Order: sequence, then C-alpha cells, then structure tokens
Amino acid sequence: MNAVTEPRWLRWILIALALAFLALNLGLPLAVVFVEAFKKGSATYFAAIAEPDARAALRLTLLVAAIAVPLNIAVGLAASWAIAKFDFRFKSFLVTLIDLPFSVSPVVAGLIYVLLFGLQGWWGEWLQAHDVQIIFAVPGLVLATVFITFPFVARELIPLMEEQGREEEEAALSLGASGWATFTRVTLPNIRWGLLYGVLLCNARAMGEFGAVSVVSGHIRGKTTTLPLHIEILYNEYNFVAAFAVASLLAGLALVTLVVKSFLEWQHAGQLAGRGH
Amino acid sequence: MQSGLLQRRQSIIPGFGLTFGVTMFMLSVVVLIPLSAIFVRAATMPVSEFTAVALSPRALAAYRLSFGAAALAAMINGVFGLLTAWVLVRYEFPGRRIISALVDLPFALPTAVAGIALTALYAPNGWLGAVLVPLGLKIAFTPTGIVVALIFVGLPFVVRTVEPVLADLGKEVEEAAASLGASRWQAFTRVILPAIAPALITGCALAFARALGEYGSVIFIAGNLPMKSEIAPLLIVVQLEQYNIAGATAIAVVMLVASFILLLLINSLQGWQRRRMAS
Repeated sequence: MNAVTEPRWLRWILIALALAFLALNLGLPLAVVFVEAFKKGSATYFAAIAEPDARAALRLTLLVAAIAVPLNIAVGLAASWAIAKFDFRFKSFLVTLIDLPFSVSPVVAGLIYVLLFGLQGWWGEWLQAHDVQIIFAVPGLVLATVFITFPFVARELIPLMEEQGREEEEAALSLGASGWATFTRVTLPNIRWGLLYGVLLCNARAMGEFGAVSVVSGHIRGKTTTLPLHIEILYNEYNFVAAFAVASLLAGLALVTLVVKSFLEWQHAGQLAGRGH
Repeated sequence: MQSGLLQRRQSIIPGFGLTFGVTMFMLSVVVLIPLSAIFVRAATMPVSEFTAVALSPRALAAYRLSFGAAALAAMINGVFGLLTAWVLVRYEFPGRRIISALVDLPFALPTAVAGIALTALYAPNGWLGAVLVPLGLKIAFTPTGIVVALIFVGLPFVVRTVEPVLADLGKEVEEAAASLGASRWQAFTRVILPAIAPALITGCALAFARALGEYGSVIFIAGNLPMKSEIAPLLIVVQLEQYNIAGATAIAVVMLVASFILLLLINSLQGWQRRRMAS
C-alpha cells in the first residue's frame, strides 16, 4: 500500500460521500427546474415563455445587462491598467474598495439607491420636479446591477495583469508605439481570455441578480420586472409551471456559463489569473 | 498633477491619469457616494428612532437567525467543502472534470432560480419533502430550509479556496510523516489539516459573509414568519414596503457594519494564508 494515499475502500467511500452531497445539493436543484418546467408538456412550456410579460422581462434583462456589462468592462480595464502598470499610494486600499460590493447584501445595495433617488431620498424631489425617474425605472435597475457586478471584471484582470508585468508594454513604447496601440496590440491580446472569463461571470450575475433589483424595481409587471423578478411574481401567483419555465431559461444560461468557463479553464489556464502556476 | 502626488516613481507607460480617474469616478458614483448616503442618513436620525427599529425584538430575532443560519451553513460547508476539494484534488474517478465544473453552479445560477428549485424539492409534496416530511423532518418553510439554501449558496467558496492549497501541498511532508511511522489519520490531522487550515477558515468566512446578506435563494424556502423565520435582509425589504425608510436604513447600517468587520477579518485571513503559502 502506498504510504501517502488512503486504502482503496476508503477512497471509494469518500468519493461516494462527496458525490452524494453534490448530487443532493447541486444536482437535484438543477434537475428539478427542468422537470417542473416541462411537467405539463412542451406546449405549456413554450406558451409560458412566449407570453408577452415574459418576453418583456427577457428584453429588460438583456437591456440591463447590455448597459451594465460594457460599463464594467470599461471600469475593469481602467482599474487593472492603473493598478497593475503603476506604483502608487493606497493601491491595496483601492483594490479593497473595488471588491467592496461583494461584501454588501444585495438588499442593502438596492436600498442605497432608494435613499438617493427615491421619493423620500436626497435628490427625490429635484428628480420629480424635473420629471426624471430612476427608482422604479430602468436607470435604477442598471445602477443596482452595476453596483453588484462592479468587482467581477476588475478582480479577474488585476492579478492577471500584475502577473504579466510591464516589460512587454515598456518594450512596445520604447520602440515608438503609441499608448493606445500598446494597449490594443500588446496588452489586450495578453489578457483576452481573462477578460472573457470576467465578462462571463459578470454577465451571469447581471442577468440573474435578484435582491438588489427587487428593491429598486417597483415590480411593475411587463415594465420593470427582469426575468428573476418575473419568476417571483409567477411563483407567488402559484403559477409554478410558468415560473419554472422562465427559470429554465436562466438555468440554461447558467449551464452555458459553466461550460464556457470550464472550457477557458482547461484550454487557457495559463492566461487566467492565478491558474497558470 | 494628480499622478505626481500619488505615483511613487515615474513610468514610461502612459494613461495613469485617465485610468485612475475613470476608476475613481465610477467607484465614487456607483459605490462610495451611495454607500455613504446610508451612514449619513443614519447619523441624522435621532438615536431613539435608530434603536427603536435596529434593536427591536423583531430585528434582534432576525439578526440571530441570519447569523446563526449563516454560521451553521458555513460549518457544514467547511466539512463537505473540504471533502469535495479533497476528492477532486486527490482522486481520479470517471466524470471528475464535470463534477468539478458543477461545483461552481451556485456562482452561475440566479438565486431566485435556486430558491424556487430548493423549495420545490423540500416542500411536503416535493421529491425530498415527500420522503422527509412523513419522517417528521420539515425543511421547507422552517429555519432549517434557510440553512439548506445557504449551504447551496456558500459551497463553492470553500471548495475553490481550499482546492489550490491542497493541490500545492507537496507529498514530501506526508511521505516524511509516513516514514516516521505516522498513520494516515495522524498525517491528515497533524500535517495536512494545519497546512490547509488558513485556506479552510478563509473559505468558511467567505461563505459566511455571502450567506449573511443572501436574499433571493432564502425568501422562497424560509416561510418568512416574523420572529421565527424572517432573515435580516428580508426585514429591510419589509420596512421598505411599509414606507419606513428610516427603519430600513437602521437595520441596513447594522448589517453593513457586520459586513465591513467580516471584510477586514477576511482580508487579514488572506494575508495569513499568503504568508503561509510563501514560507
């Protein structure tokens, strides 16, 4: 028997225990979404998805993600460039501040915007007088989503760009390349898989966020409900099949996210943060 | 100008002012100013009004439940997360890669979807509820259901924090332990466990922090009875729905302070872990 491994029987017991735990905790919840969605046949399933409110929720979810994700890409690129390519004071404090939204409850993240832009908020009266609506409207949903997803791209890119160092950029610049050309021709190709990885996780969270958008949405059916909020409405109306049908769309998105994520981890491990060594 | 004040040494790389400026602008507008609003709002509130809500019996019951359920879920995840990481790192078995990918499901699956799925499983007529409820094990619509949801949400934090440390752990120390006559169990408790302890504790702390603020996956399965199965984030929403913004703010400040303390703790834990890995 090898001195640094367990006997065969113990290995198999441990594997069986872990697999049973994962099946119970992850496998069953995933399976039940699709089973419940198709409980009354595929006609009911497709009717639930094609229903106008569900389609409006899907459009709104795509719209919010289409604004929030590019914003986070821009900030993530800017933050990682500033942090990885320069030495400055309070750098680690800045990194902590960028990570801050991860440790704030989604409900609190929604509440802070209600305090600023809600009717009783700081700028509520001014906004109302100028007929600008942020809370219970799309801008509020976008703000809450940007807050929640703020760290995703940056936290993937910062360690990656720090690992890669500055030599390649410095070489390009000393050979006469402009700053922009250095960024697009040298830096971007080096970080593209890491960037895609961060965007993938950012997008999954942006489309699936519930707590923060729930607080700022106002739940106006067909107008300010994203897919996760629409699921809640259907569920609370005991329309379980429709709720799970809509949920299956988001579960499908989660599965696609996991597949692409795993593919990146297997194929491009060397070009992702913290996985190359 | 700004870059001159902040930067420690000159670099030939351009763009510090622009990228630092964009970062600080977005960070301020999206995160820092809105977050400070909540503290300003709480500071301008009369103390009696603040404590009337933040320390009301209903709020205290909610904190107790939120902290208790998050702690229990983090401990259970500590055990099963370590087991999962161990099996994934140390053993070969068919489907290992797919299982490894599946561990991240809670990161990718929207919390509302997880919430209704777990409720459907554990409800009295659900796949698991139909077996468990006749045995007297009620999980859905009780505090136990909250723990089940928080285990789901927190698992990948423990697995993904422990996994790399376990993989980096050289076999040499275990071989040395074995050659000195240690049993496999002694090698695990005396050599392996102390080496991965910082990562394991960090993973549990991350899972705990996430569970403390969790909302979407919990509210469907919790039952949401005041004093019994109402978590603190839900109480904030309840106050808001009753147009009691001051009350919502008071509870939110308590939760935010708790999260900031946890963040500091996690940061120092990660520092400990890095020093451990380096030595």
